[in-house]
Amino acid sequence: MKEEKRKNRHIYWNPYFGGFLLGLLIIMTFYITGRGLGASGALKSGVVAIVHTVAPAHAESNLYYSKFIQEGESPLNNWLVFEAIGVLIGAFLSGTFTGRIKFSVQHSPKITSRRRLVFALTGGVLFGLGAQIARGCTSGAALSGMAVLATGGFITMLAIFGTGYVVAYFFRKNWI
Amino acid sequence: MGPLLPNELIAIEWNYVIAILIGIAFGYIMEASGFSSSRKLVGVFYGYDFAVLKVFFTAAVVSVIGLYYMDYLNWVDITQLFVQPTYLSAAIIGGMIMGVGFLTGGFCPGTSLCAVAIGKIDGMLFTVGLMIGIFVFSELFAVFEPMFERSNLGHITMVDTLGISPYWIIFGFTIIAVVVFALSDIIREKVKKVFY
Repeated sequence: MKEEKRKNRHIYWNPYFGGFLLGLLIIMTFYITGRGLGASGALKSGVVAIVHTVAPAHAESNLYYSKFIQEGESPLNNWLVFEAIGVLIGAFLSGTFTGRIKFSVQHSPKITSRRRLVFALTGGVLFGLGAQIARGCTSGAALSGMAVLATGGFITMLAIFGTGYVVAYFFRKNWI
Repeated sequence: MGPLLPNELIAIEWNYVIAILIGIAFGYIMEASGFSSSRKLVGVFYGYDFAVLKVFFTAAVVSVIGLYYMDYLNWVDITQLFVQPTYLSAAIIGGMIMGVGFLTGGFCPGTSLCAVAIGKIDGMLFTVGLMIGIFVFSELFAVFEPMFERSNLGHITMVDTLGISPYWIIFGFTIIAVVVFALSDIIREKVKKVFY
């Protein structure tokens, strides 16, 4: 138990240090590009690209996909896609330096890996749906929005975390 | 004066190079702060780990103070920075669905990418799920559209909403963050430790 505790405390950065650096990064991102960070936007570009490749006519007639399709240009030719590739590289580097790269399923000892994976997939579906409705996720809508005092950013942030606290009780077995 | 790319102070060709570099820093900071671990992330909802809350609100406070200070110094024109439009019902409903998704899946889109990068299979399934969710939304767009487009308040900020100086809003927000940080430490002391 003692060993575990030591690990928990020292394995990751101090949260205020990480938050401070993330704040500086957001300032830099707005200073250079005029916009904030994002994550779900890259996955949306991925979905649009796949659908546009598999069923071009369907994608062009769909009111939502067609917003992101431009003549003669791949939907993947997008700032957020390149940023997301960077996120994968950056996280991989951090994982490499700290020896955290490993194929694994992380779950509470009270549940099976299988249950964890089913819930992970379901949660992803819900989060993907919610992020489209709210026009952005935790990074794009909430965090970057709050950095410029966008009202929508505060509302989305409160809705995500508020709902999280309301439903946490029902999911407790999966986590604690 | 910034922002640099929109005002062509940096050649547009650098756009994607900058995107990758910013992404690398973003991914590195998230992973090093422990955001590739779902059990660390959801700790904020059970009181055993407040890393998400601390990283998130520290970043928000630092960035909003920094950007408004740079505006004050005339280094950046705050009015040129992108403010997303506020669609009231969509922001609330979408946020609530994301809240349930967070507790179900244990990640959000950015953090699941970090988990994918270090080999977490649960992170990979969450990311596949995200794409399915986006696909479902797009295919059923006609169903969601009325709610998606309802109550558009435009590109408003808290300055418009509250009608007071941004500096007071930032000051108040900072005080709230500091109080919440202190409270979170008190709560964490009282909650049973969870090891992961």
